[in-house]
Parts: sequence; C-alpha cells; structure tokens
Amino acid sequence: MENQAFTPRIVGFLCNWCTYAAADSAGVSRFKMPPSVMVVRVMCSGRVDPLFVLTAFFSGADGVLISGCWPGQCHYQKGNLHARRRTALLKSIFDTLDLEMADRFRLSWVSASEAPRFVQVVKEFTDQVEQAGPSSICDELFL
Amino acid sequence: MPDARVINKGAEEATRELLRSLLESGQVSAVLALGRTGSGGEGVAYFLFTDPAAFEADGAACPLLPFMPANAGGLLSRLTLQGPPSEPVAAVVKPCELRALIELVKLNQCSLDNILLISSTCSGVYPLDAGVDGALGKNLPGYWEAVKRGELDEDVRPTCRACVNFVPENADITIALLGEADLDTRCTLHVNTEKGAAFVEDLEGTAPSGELESEPVQRALGQREAFREELFAGVEVGMQGLIRTFGRCIGCHACKTVCPICYCRLCHFDSQDSEHPPEFYEGELDRKGGLRVPPDTVFFQLGRMAHMSISCVGCGMCTDVCPADIPLSTLFAKVAASAQALFEYRPGRDVAEEIPLRTFEEEELAQVAT
Repeated sequence: MENQAFTPRIVGFLCNWCTYAAADSAGVSRFKMPPSVMVVRVMCSGRVDPLFVLTAFFSGADGVLISGCWPGQCHYQKGNLHARRRTALLKSIFDTLDLEMADRFRLSWVSASEAPRFVQVVKEFTDQVEQAGPSSICDELFL
Repeated sequence: MPDARVINKGAEEATRELLRSLLESGQVSAVLALGRTGSGGEGVAYFLFTDPAAFEADGAACPLLPFMPANAGGLLSRLTLQGPPSEPVAAVVKPCELRALIELVKLNQCSLDNILLISSTCSGVYPLDAGVDGALGKNLPGYWEAVKRGELDEDVRPTCRACVNFVPENADITIALLGEADLDTRCTLHVNTEKGAAFVEDLEGTAPSGELESEPVQRALGQREAFREELFAGVEVGMQGLIRTFGRCIGCHACKTVCPICYCRLCHFDSQDSEHPPEFYEGELDRKGGLRVPPDTVFFQLGRMAHMSISCVGCGMCTDVCPADIPLSTLFAKVAASAQALFEYRPGRDVAEEIPLRTFEEEELAQVAT
C-alpha cells in the first residue's frame, strides 16, 4: 500500500468554542494545510466518548484528533480536563494491548485565536499518520 | 478501631452461629448469603435468609462455600438502588464482591446504609461449571485443607489464583480463613468498624490475638503475584492477538451482563445505535470486500474496556460465564492494572475516593496533550 498518493483520513473532533473557530479562521485566512482532517464539531472536547474514537478507527479512520480549549479556558470550566483523563486512559489501553491506534491518536489544545497553531497541529499529525501508513484496521474483515 | 474476637469453634460453625444469632436477636432483618437450592441441594445461589434455621448445621445456607454464582456487589446494587433497607441486612461477600459494591456506591448505584458487610480472606472460588457437574462437592475437603496451609487448590479459577486483593477492605467484620491451621476448631473474627462492633457485642469469645496480615497471607500474596505475571505474559496482544482471542466470541454479551461494574440499564452495544442500516453493511463490503457478522466484536470489548476497566475489580465473572471459553478476565485484569496504575487508583479501596474519570487535577498528564 506504499503508493505515492496516500493522504491520511483523520477524524477531528473539534470543540465548538475554540479549535472549530481556529479551523474556520485558518480556512478564511487561506492558510495552506493538508486536506486530511474530516471535522466533527462537538460542543466540548469533554463530549468525546471513547466510543467515538473507537468508532472512527473501526470505520476506517487512519488517525483521530481530539482538539479543545487550553486547560483553564474551557467554556464549561472543566470538560477539557475530563477529556484529558479519558484520553490518557484510552492511550493506556492502546499501549497495553500494543495496538497501532496508539500512534494514530492525538489530543491537542488549540484556542480560537490560534489558527496558525491549528495548521501546525494538522501538518504534524498528518505527517505522523502518513509515516504510520494506512491503518490496517480498515482491511480487517473480523472486527 | 481494629478489634478481634476468637471463637472456639470451627470457622464454618462460628460463621453460621454468628449469622443465626444476628437473626434470632433481631439485630439484622435478613442475611444475604449463598444457599443450596432444590431438594438435593445441587444448585447454589444467593438468597436473602430471614429464618435463623437456615444457618443450622443442616440448613440451606452455606455462607463460606467457595463458589460465586453472581457478583454479590451487583446483587446488592439491585437490592438498594431505589433506597437502603429500613432495617439492617447482613451480607456475606467475597473481597472482590465487596470491591464491586464500593465502586457501585461511587457510581450512585447502591447504598451501604443498613448493610452489615461480612467478608473473609479469600482462597478463591471454583468455576461455575463445578457447581453444575458436581465437582464442587468433591473438591471441598481438599479446598479447606489447602486453605489451612495457606495455599490455593489447583482447581479454583485461574482468575482467583492470580488475585492479589484477597484480603477484604471495608468489611465491617472479616473472618480469617487463609492460612489458619486450626480452622476446624477456632475462628478469628476481625472487627474493623464501629458498625461491626455493635453487632458482635453479645458474641462469646476471647480477646484479640494475631494480625490479619499473617505470614501465610504474605506468602500467598507472593505466589499469586507470580501466577498473575505468568497469566499476563500469556495474553495475546496486537490487533491480530485480539482477533485470535475473540475469534470465537458468539456475541452473547454475557460478560457484560454479569459484570458488576457494567451497570448501564441499556448498553450502547445492545441499543439502537448498534443496529446498522443496510448502507452500513454495503459500505463495509465495498471497503473491505467482506465482513464478519455479527460485527463489532473487538469493538465491543475495547469499548467495554474504555468504559469500565478503571473500576474493574477482577472478580472473573466474565470468564466464568463465557460460553466460548474466552479468558476475558485475564485480558481485562491486564488492561485494568495499567489503567488503574496511571491514576494510582485501586477500585474498592475507599468509598470516599472518586473514580478517576469523574474527577481531575488542574496540573497533571501534561504529556497526554501535545
């Protein structure tokens, strides 16, 4: 599958109050970035149930990005801090079971005013997932 | 206020007598304990006993039987979900059941009010099959001999042989069993709480002697830790490992049904959300060229891990009920061990301790968000 035109499919769960606005702003400002992130707008990074992440992977995502407000800036005070613990738990499960999802899963803080940072996160993460190649989960008949 | 009481009777007899006297004196209105069912006493199930006669030597109750037809933590949750009993109820439970109970209290699924918790140092239980094919009865003499030596009978469940939390925490009264050489003639009750003390006031017995954390208990801990490492090393990891492990899963979701921590009335995986429209199947076929039906096997298990592994008490019920003999509890215990270590959390340790996913600290886990 090492063909030249592999653009990873990344599902991005973006917080309505910060990263979603940053992504919008990045678009309006015509910043260049890889067309790899499919955006799912959520009201808070704390809304992202681990099942959302697993659903994305099992439905063929090569990577999953959760992005929300910096600690202390959550619109709902603490949703992002819950998201951080949940992400840590999910990563620990991936690590313990030695699953490739561990390298394809990222949590980032991007505030509404940080459009350039959003672009940088997308570039970095796209590179990382590109390195990892297409997710082999997509080809499994048994899941 | 740790206190102890030595009774010059065998453990089984002393326990029966304690429960009988609690019922006779009206200190408790009922006792939740294992009992034999049917005329021949073949079946074993949990019962609420109100008749003191059940705890006579030939009564139906068998409170210390090494058998677990259900996790009593989950049962107590069912009994107290709508509110605690109006009069005290005693419950004889195993340490893992007690841990499950504590987790369920934290999850607002259960109340400890008016519940007197009696537990014992656990030497494991036999698999459910043993209660069906008669092996349980044959094994019992050997079981108690092993308990006296502070060892485990080889036929108890692997989950139990690998369990390192076999000394109950948060019990009002703990019956010392493991490594007690004079089990047949003498029984030590450790009274851990004020609540427990009130119930044993009238009990005849001598003053305390010996600690619960005895030398045999420490030795057993070492042996079980070693066996645990051995079991964990045998877990198949990686997606291919999971596919091999769950390849024979029939999708009955019994593991979830018996899990005391899986308390959701409607599981995501049994809900409408998991009923796929035809487009889903067609899409999967287009993408992969084939599909295992029913789908969502590994997904179900990973989803369950994400939701409950932080509170997994390692009771082993999931392995016990699996019709396809999948060693679920080993896999879950391994995942749970690292997840719980992440937050230095041990389920069932303290009822006042928040479940890590329900709380947070402002400054932590900086490496998780990049």
